[in-house]
This record gives sequence, structure tokens and C-alpha cells, in this order.
Amino acid sequence: MSEATDQVDGNLPEDEAVAEFEEQGGLTSKIAHFLHNNPAVVPLIVLLVSTVIFSVLVGERFFSPFTLTLILQQVAIVGIVACAQSLVILTAGIDLSVGAIMVLSSVVMGKFTFDLGLPPGIAVFFGLSCGLLIGTINGVLVAYVKLPPFIVTLGMWQIALAANFLYSGSEVIRSQDISTQAPLLQFFGNKITGGGAIFTYGVILMLLLVGLLSYILSQTAWGRHIYAVGDDPDAAELSGVNVKSTLISVYAIAGLICAFAGWVLIGRLGSVSPQAGQLANIESITAVVIGGISLFGGRGSIAGSLFGALIVGVFSLGLRLLGANVQWTYLLIGILIIVAVTVDQYIRKASA
Amino acid sequence: MNYLKTGVAALAASVCMASVAAANTSVCLITKDATNPFFVKMAQGAFAKAAELGVELRSYAGKFDGDHETQVAAIETCIAAGVGGILLVASDTKAITSSVQQARDAGLVVLALDTPLDPIDAADMTFATDNFLAGELIGAWAAKTMGDTSDAKIGLLNINVSQPTVGVLRNQGFLQGFGIDLGDPSKWGDETDSRIVGHELSNGNAEGGRKGMENLLAIDSGINVVYTINEPAAAGAYEALKALGRENDVIIVSVDGGCPGVADVASGVIGATAQQYPLDMAGLGVAAIAKAVETGEMPAATEGKAFFDTGVGLITDAPVAGLDQLSVAEGSNLCWG
Repeated sequence: MSEATDQVDGNLPEDEAVAEFEEQGGLTSKIAHFLHNNPAVVPLIVLLVSTVIFSVLVGERFFSPFTLTLILQQVAIVGIVACAQSLVILTAGIDLSVGAIMVLSSVVMGKFTFDLGLPPGIAVFFGLSCGLLIGTINGVLVAYVKLPPFIVTLGMWQIALAANFLYSGSEVIRSQDISTQAPLLQFFGNKITGGGAIFTYGVILMLLLVGLLSYILSQTAWGRHIYAVGDDPDAAELSGVNVKSTLISVYAIAGLICAFAGWVLIGRLGSVSPQAGQLANIESITAVVIGGISLFGGRGSIAGSLFGALIVGVFSLGLRLLGANVQWTYLLIGILIIVAVTVDQYIRKASA
Repeated sequence: MNYLKTGVAALAASVCMASVAAANTSVCLITKDATNPFFVKMAQGAFAKAAELGVELRSYAGKFDGDHETQVAAIETCIAAGVGGILLVASDTKAITSSVQQARDAGLVVLALDTPLDPIDAADMTFATDNFLAGELIGAWAAKTMGDTSDAKIGLLNINVSQPTVGVLRNQGFLQGFGIDLGDPSKWGDETDSRIVGHELSNGNAEGGRKGMENLLAIDSGINVVYTINEPAAAGAYEALKALGRENDVIIVSVDGGCPGVADVASGVIGATAQQYPLDMAGLGVAAIAKAVETGEMPAATEGKAFFDTGVGLITDAPVAGLDQLSVAEGSNLCWG
């Protein structure tokens, strides 16, 4: 990840050099620089510290292979959606439609299999295409019609959700029907177990996706263009980046990732549930922000988002095992969000 | 028509009378949201009955469960439209009462469906499932199925932390039926019986049911009885148990009686479920308003209760002695979507 941010900094070589020279002496500014270049470190520390604290407070019931891998299972869907959200936020955008795209895609997979009688593989293909298509429309509206991403995806959120309820009639497709007639839809619910640990294929997909996107963002031209567009689209344009096609591709890929999340959702629920995923947009933004990705774009890493999602998962389950009222979870997550953004602002100022 | 008494007889009669004489009445149906299958079916039941009676039906819904403002706006719209009456499934049972009073002052009949207002007499009448009884039935079934309940480890999957009355009634009914001291019956979570592993939240859907069940299993993996607020939550809980290979040695009970839920009883996901009848609720409500507008006669409460009980049926494919139970086949005939 550090390479990625180095590349972004590379867009402003003079500023960077001057700043580093002047601030060489202060310890705090050194820390700020280190964090600027390694945005995933703070959430990683918070994750490790909170895991240790809950392990001490709760004991073995928390610090066990079963519970720790359970947290992975519980954050898998938000983690995957957060990957999509991260890409969009890195371009200084936001995507409120992620959860709706996810659910609509899962409904398409289910309905195409059970109502249209298509082979599950084809239905999955159409479900994934559905996510890709909606994401592409988002991207075109943002890039060419120049509408603010917040407004575009606010509208698309409503459209996709309404389409989901209209098309599905709010009706659930039962787990037992899926497992007998179309087990492929539940593919990501399969698991690898050992020593009390349970890794669902959904969890493995999340980890692979984080690894793949980390590589792409740091090692490919497309990845560096995303940071450049988020940092300063005008400068990116001047230096030869095709801002429009970068934006469209980001929203399109985000839509496709959400559709994969919809497939994973079927694996987790067993059933196709049109009611699911209603809060995925807020939860993914929470993970991304706690994970240290700047809402102003151009700074942060995918791994940070994963840590952000895991922090929320650790707090949720840890506090429940302590028997705390669930409101304490929301309260602490709220504090974490504000602290995370404060840290982001501080880093931006200190290393500007 | 001198045999009019109370309850079902009155309503059966009202259906006959209204069908001839209520042609120019119109009725508003306002539900919590338009996406929950329960309310989708309720609206279908209302439209079917309205068409049968020649009553005009206008349907409104909150944007989401808990959307109070939209319901207030819907009541104001219905008053302005001069309808004969309102069927209301309230999201905020206390706050909505002032709007309900405005409607009643304007001469509208207001019937609460499914969810009683607070206080219950803020509406002209309530047509609802006896949710405490629904819970009691599945609790008693679970206890009888277990036999010796001293080793029971009970997990409960509720709706959400705000403890809406429907959820409290089902939860506390279940515990009472199972034979557990309730403490304060107006809330869950204050029981001291060590057989309760915990109360978790499910939001009444499969996603929340799975997560809530996982949390309960993390607290105590030996759970052997699970109460769920509704069947989607039960299906989610089953998936969590299946992931641990424990799906066959845990008793899951639920409430609702939707068609997927009854099918889940048949396939062994759910041990027993208490079925409610939303189509009847809506149909009886439409007929009662038509009759009240026509004759001025309000529907009466079920004897011994503060509301009109639309009934509850216990559905299981493993019947126990001493309880009235419906088979899966009977439940399938009566299920709602």
C-alpha cells in the first residue's frame, strides 16, 4: 500500500520535498508522515488492541479459533462491499447504492433460477451482469453528466431497492429449495474447518479480493489513476489520465463487486432474502472511514477498510459476549468514526 | 339480524350486510411498510375484501418499519379525502394517537390492525393476533417436546432493542409457556432463570437471525431451544446452527405462519410455529368499517380481551399431547404468502 500512496505523492513532487525538509525535526510531524504513507497502520493497531482487550475481558470464549473466525464470517459481506466502497471513495466519491445493488443482484440470481428456470450458472452470470450494469450507469452519470456521486447513488439506491421489492414481491426463496435445486447459489456458504476455526468461501473471497485490489491499486496504472483522480482530477487530467473512463470503470467494478457480495449473501443466509442488506451502504462507509480512507479521496488503502470492518465486528461480538446493551456498540462505533476522521484531517494538515 | 352478538358472529353478519349496502364507503389501509410480506399480504386481503364489498380502498405505507411521519401524513390525507374509516398498523403506537384522535373527531372509524395502540382504546377497535398466546403455545410445545426441561439452554431471537410490544408479548408468552418466571412481563431481559442463555436481536429477518444465533452460540454453544420472533429469523438461525452441524439437536420455534415458514416446519427447520391470519385481519377490518359507516355499529372485542382476536393456530409435524395443533397440511391451506 505504501507504494500506492508514494505514487500519489509523486504527483506533487515539489510540495512533498519542501514539506519533508521543513518538518524534519518534529516527532509529531514524523508520525504524521508515517501515517500518511501507511494509512492502514492506525486501524490495524486499533484492531489488535481491541482484540487483546476483549480477549482479556471475555477470556477464552472470545479468544478462540471459533469466535475469531466467526467475526470474519460476520464481516465478510460488509468487508466485500467495503472493497467496492473503498474504490469509489478513493476517487473522492461515495456510493450509497452498494447494498441495494447487492440485494437486487442476489434476487436476480434466485429469480432467474427458480422463476425462469435458467441453469444456476447462467442466473449467477445475469446477477453479476446486473451489478456491473447498475455500477456502469452510476459511473456514466458521475463522469459524463457531472452529477455529484452522492446524488447519483442516492437516486440509484432508491431505484435498485424499489426494483428489488417490485421484482421479488418481497418473497423469500427458501434455503431448502436452493440447496436441493441450485446449490451453486450457496457456493460461498461452503466452508473449510479445522481446530474449531471455520472459514467460509465467502470469507476467503473477501481476503482474496482485498489482496487482489491491494495489488491492483499499488502496482497497476489503473490503480494509480484512481488515486490521482481522487487527489486532484484536474491535475490528473493534465498529466494524461483519462478521468472519465477511470471514474466509469471504478463505479462499474464497484457494482460488480457488490453483485459478488450478493452471491456471498445467498451463501450466508442460505435463502434469497429481499429484506437483507438494508444497512450495507452505511456499514461499508463506516468500515471505510474507520479504516483510514479519506472521504476527500486519494488517500487510504483497501487493507484499511478490511481492518475497519473487522474493528466493527470485534466490538459488536465482544460487547455482546460481555453482555453489554447493543446500544454501547453503536455508541463506540460512533466515537470511532469521529476519531478516525479527526485523525485523517490532522494527517492531511500535518503533512500538507 | 337480531342474532348479532359479538365476535365472529357479528363479523360474519357484517360481511353479509356490508356487501349489499356499502357501495359508497371508502377505506384507508396504512401499514408500517410496503415490503414486509406480512403487510403485503394484509394489503392483498384488504383489497380482495374491498372489491367483494364494493368499497374503495386506498393503501398507504411508511417507507420503513418505524416511519412515523409518513403514517401521520397518510392519516391527514385520509381525513382530507373524507373516507369512512382507517385501518392502521401503527409504527409508533404512542405518538400516532393524536393523529388518530383527529381522525375520530372528524367522524372516521379507526381500527388498529396487528399492533394495538398505546393506550389500546385510542382506536375504535383492534383486530390482532393474541401475541402472548401465540408465544405461550410454542413455549408449551417446546417444553412438552423436551419433556425434562431442567437441562434446557434457551436462546431468544427478538426484533430489536427498542422492544416493541409485539416482540415483548411473544417473547414473554414463550417463556411463560415454557415454564419460566417472567419477572416484569412488560419487557424481556429481566428474567433470572439460569436456563436462559441470552436474548439476541434479529430485526425479524434471515440476516439478523443468522448473526443473532451466532452470537448466542458464541455465548454458549450448548443451546438446545431457540425462540425466534418470526420465521425468516428462524431460517437464519437454522443456517447458523447448520454451519456448526447442530441443526438436528436444537428445537426452533417461531411465530407467523407464512407459507415459507410452514414449509420450513415440514422440512424440519422449525419445530413448531404459531400461525397468524393477516388476510382475515384486513378483510374483517374492511368489513367492520363498512358496517360501522352503514349502521353506526362498532365491532365488539372478543370476550375477555381488550381487542378482537383474529385467532392463532399452532402448526407442527410433531404433535404433543394436551395442545390443539394443526398439521402442516392444514397450516399450508391457511398460510399467507
